[in-house]
Amino acid sequence: MEIKILFFAKLREAFDVSQEVIVIADTENKISDVLNVLRHRGDVWKRELDENKPFRIAVNQEMVSDDVLLKNADEVALFPPVTGG
Amino acid sequence: MSVRVQIEDFDVSQEMLALRKKNPKVGAVASFVGVVRDLNDGEDVSTLELEHYPGMTERALELIVNEAKTRWDIYDTLIIHRVGALQPLDQIVLVIVTSAHRGESFKACEFLMDYLKTRAPFWKKEQTSSGERWVEARASDAEAAERWTQGEGS
Repeated sequence: MEIKILFFAKLREAFDVSQEVIVIADTENKISDVLNVLRHRGDVWKRELDENKPFRIAVNQEMVSDDVLLKNADEVALFPPVTGG
Repeated sequence: MSVRVQIEDFDVSQEMLALRKKNPKVGAVASFVGVVRDLNDGEDVSTLELEHYPGMTERALELIVNEAKTRWDIYDTLIIHRVGALQPLDQIVLVIVTSAHRGESFKACEFLMDYLKTRAPFWKKEQTSSGERWVEARASDAEAAERWTQGEGS
């Protein structure tokens, strides 16, 4: 299935990409599977998406804190803690 | 309810008038304006660049407003948040709440700001005399938002 991934702020700059589409197996359809695909790219990906980093995750424009299941064409966003206001 | 994410500046008194329109039931209008400062964490700030997540940002703000409406008896709300490049002295955010009595609108206004700062996807990048840097989230903002989940804000 295809998952659209968006990156914002510090992560967008670190990865030098604002969005991309990745293909994952139907059996590996959790947020953690997507993160592992990205981490496997090594270097800055591994570093910025380390479990100890405080990045946030949104699925279809809603913040999630659990390892939710994804479906085809879902939109996943990865970004640092927000700093508006 | 109105939520606006925009590059343009805003006129506070004009927005206040528009929000209470000619509703004679409104007895209180509380507002908050956030302004860009020229100093943050010991560094001179010359420009502040605001990034957001189009779609999710507006949606997150609407959810926050709905949450305020379930907690307090308020009539109407307006949130304007600017994005793009801002300089010190510029207005960055406006929250206005109308209600019959002041207690409701004061509390809802503070709640909206506390939740906005921790739940709405905006990110600030500062240009300082020693280069650019992304602003880090503050623990004090998280604590301010946390108060409302512990019954203190009701």
